[in-house]
Amino acid sequence: MTSATDLTLAGARGALARREISAVELTRTFIGAVEALNPRLNAYITVTPDLALRQAEAADAALGRGEGRALTGIPLAIKDLFCTAGTRTTAASRILGNFVPPYESTVSGNLLRDGAVFLGKANLDEFAMGSSNATSAFGGVENPWKRRDAPEAVLVPGGSSGGSAAAVAARLALGATATDTGGSIRQPAAFCGIAGIKPTYGRCSRFGVVAFASSLDQAGPVARTVEDCAILLGSMAGFDPKDSTSADMPVPDFAAACARGVKGLRIGIPREYRLDGMPAEIEALWRQGMDWLKAEGAELVDISLPHTRYALPTYYIVAPAEASSNLARYDGVRFGLREDGEDLRDLYERTRAAGFGDEVKRRILIGTYVLSAGYYDAYYVKAQQVRTLIKRDFDQAWERVDAILTPATPSAAFGRDDKQDDPVAMYLNDVFTVTANLAGIPGLSVPAGLDAKGLPLGLQVLGRPFDEETVFAVGAALERAAGFDAVPAVRAGA
Amino acid sequence: MSYTLEGASGAWEVVIGLEVHAQVTSQAKLFSGAATEFGAEPNSQVSFIDAGFPGMLPVINRECVAQAVRTGLGLNAQINLWSRFDRKNYFYADLPQGYQISQYQYPVVGQGVIEIQLGDGSTKQIGITRLHLEQDAGKSLHDQHPSKSFIDLNRSGVALMEIVSEPDMRSPEEAGAYLTKLRQILRYLGTCDGNMEQGSLRADVNVSVRRPGEGFRTRCEVKNVNSIRFVMQAVEAEARRQIEVWEDGGEVVQETRLFDTQRGVTRSMRSKEDAHDYRYFPDPDLPPLVLEQAWVDGLKAALPELPDARRARYVGDFGLTPYDAHVLTLEKETAAFYEAVAKGRDPKMAANWITGDFFAGLNRTGHGIGDSPVSAENLGGLLDLIKDGTLSGKLAKEVLEAMFETGKPPAVLVEERGLKQVTDTGAIEAVIEQVMAANAGKVEEYRSGKDKLFGFFVGQTMKAMQGKGNPALVNELLKKKLG
Repeated sequence: MTSATDLTLAGARGALARREISAVELTRTFIGAVEALNPRLNAYITVTPDLALRQAEAADAALGRGEGRALTGIPLAIKDLFCTAGTRTTAASRILGNFVPPYESTVSGNLLRDGAVFLGKANLDEFAMGSSNATSAFGGVENPWKRRDAPEAVLVPGGSSGGSAAAVAARLALGATATDTGGSIRQPAAFCGIAGIKPTYGRCSRFGVVAFASSLDQAGPVARTVEDCAILLGSMAGFDPKDSTSADMPVPDFAAACARGVKGLRIGIPREYRLDGMPAEIEALWRQGMDWLKAEGAELVDISLPHTRYALPTYYIVAPAEASSNLARYDGVRFGLREDGEDLRDLYERTRAAGFGDEVKRRILIGTYVLSAGYYDAYYVKAQQVRTLIKRDFDQAWERVDAILTPATPSAAFGRDDKQDDPVAMYLNDVFTVTANLAGIPGLSVPAGLDAKGLPLGLQVLGRPFDEETVFAVGAALERAAGFDAVPAVRAGA
Repeated sequence: MSYTLEGASGAWEVVIGLEVHAQVTSQAKLFSGAATEFGAEPNSQVSFIDAGFPGMLPVINRECVAQAVRTGLGLNAQINLWSRFDRKNYFYADLPQGYQISQYQYPVVGQGVIEIQLGDGSTKQIGITRLHLEQDAGKSLHDQHPSKSFIDLNRSGVALMEIVSEPDMRSPEEAGAYLTKLRQILRYLGTCDGNMEQGSLRADVNVSVRRPGEGFRTRCEVKNVNSIRFVMQAVEAEARRQIEVWEDGGEVVQETRLFDTQRGVTRSMRSKEDAHDYRYFPDPDLPPLVLEQAWVDGLKAALPELPDARRARYVGDFGLTPYDAHVLTLEKETAAFYEAVAKGRDPKMAANWITGDFFAGLNRTGHGIGDSPVSAENLGGLLDLIKDGTLSGKLAKEVLEAMFETGKPPAVLVEERGLKQVTDTGAIEAVIEQVMAANAGKVEEYRSGKDKLFGFFVGQTMKAMQGKGNPALVNELLKKKLG
């Protein structure tokens, strides 16, 4: 038998059900892996081995009683943006200090309800703002993949869910929660050679998730296979009366949809996603993806999403605007970091100067600016109008196609020192992913191949609102065709 | 005769508009399940939502929306089936989220109108611009510690209705009458308790002055005035200040001011220059508020009778004077008390007794209608004793006084104190004979044509009977005996 850490989530679930392995054994194996590799990778900000073992014991007891649920005994990493009752939650920011929430986010609570084991809290960009995990106040995360030509170079895992993606890729968890505001699930999944889905806006509750940009934030899973993502999303999703933007819709059997196949599906290929200067390998992988789907019986349809080029600027107005308001509550008055001052204003200024990192400050400034009197109409209102047009592009596309295939990212993982001094170059990472957030539609990133340097590349499948099932069907078909079995250089059991 | 203030250079007209913040009567806050009771221990009614904790989200309280719609209906206003919540961003220690959720661009209630009653019996229509829902902030306490401020978040997140009037008022009296009427409507509807001392009703008063016939000049806003009397005083004080500024060749600058109730003057709080940029934008945590017409219709059908309708009914059905009808309908409790007394009795007589001796008794004993020692049932019983001749009007006043002191039913007091009217003709005749015997000279004078002396004999007879003689019988028997 291979190492337990090499099991897929579905595989581990089977092994647990058949009692081939106990939840405690499985959890111990993962705790050991985390202890061995986390000091290097920094994928976790906080590890909770004692809690994990208690949960694993409870899981074994439940399995023994024949009361196993969808995730009973499955060790997971929880992005440190989800509030976890009794466990420090940082959002990778100094400003939250040693904040220990007295409440559980709905999504993590749903996972606990279904028997999951929490290994710890995964690293991320501060307040989920970033594409490289470099903005974390707890240090960057190392991508477990290595370039063939420079095996010593430290690559970024992508962001903001870089800790989640790196932990799963390096076999430090069977799956992880993540969040996606502009690509924060799909880009790190692609950079780390794993799968990740941002579901439809409203599919997962935002209650208890530290807010970045409320109209764009959406929780979703990352895991090593599409099916594992489907299993996790099935637990995470569902209507929550505590979130007014949560959708009161039944949660379908996402895992079953993975086996549907793509025969007869119409797959849209948007011409606007063919960027000037895009690496040839990305282009080639995209063509390969088209061929795979065609071979499986899908029909390819050329489509146009004419407002795509405005998506990134629109996103970088809407997201900072909401963030500037959402982050106002971190003021040193009630919780988290406080830097005392001469008076109230001084306390605010000292606390926020010390508590927020540069990228967060940059976005608060941008957001404050675009909402200011005299600029609101020119920026925020205009951006909302463009957002409506982007949504309409997709609405029109859905009249002709069932899903859309695009590359997940414009490049493979880059070096830790690249792009850090150019925020705009960094923002371009999101170019293929932000549209799904602006339109509120589901998007899945599937590992589909390696570039010449041996780094993973992903394809993205976009779908109709609340039609994650088709997205999973297409994603699973790509996964089968790609037969992606490459593994990162740094991983447990290696 | 319209109200003007006389300056050194002539008459000035005053223009007033009010923004009233009315706390919604509800069990829970606007976006959280925390309680709203007044006077609870500091920070004992605070949810994680009200305290702005990470990841907390607002969920609208349906009852608060219903209360706002009821109020809108009571103000004869348009109900907007589509409205939206915006964030008003500013930093303050008692504003945990760093923004207030309010309805900036699209309020739930649009234009309406109410009619106010003025002292000379006239009425005036005052336009309502809008009503919107918003969250209250917490309270900063600066007097608890020499160097620290304390924060009480009990009020944080409590639902407020901001009710904005048109600049339709032209005198302190009109401003006072408007606030009185608004409070009356809110109390009738049960949507706000109207308690200004506890801060559940607060007014921001916008005042400007102008020469009669002129367009509007610059206005100033006097913030957070907490009684009707102070609103009236603040209007006059601010108007006089502005007149002085204009007449001295100066310019009134738009600013926010506070009313110093001790000295009766307004003081500058902040000018327009350092006004906040609130960076309003739609709250992405809340979908638009969409109401169904059928739901609004249901609320409308269930509305209680409002003061104007009740007043009209008292005049039309009961034959009361407009003034009595106005007085009796001012407070919902008074009207209910009146109706309980008037039920099955002479409504005018009931009105006279309540507005006369009963109100005087409340005043004298320092009670309100809510804790009156005399119940509606007992006051009704008193009227019944007058009606059936047991008590004269004079005796009834005496009994009512005793009722205020003891709280006992009138019949019991009549029995205890022997206040029953004497209707036994034999007994009255006997007294009359004694009076006539004792005043033989006066009897002569009367019989020789001095009619005016009749009152003297009535007085003497009643005096001898300690006031208990039935006045009609005393009169009748005296006439017969004196011949």
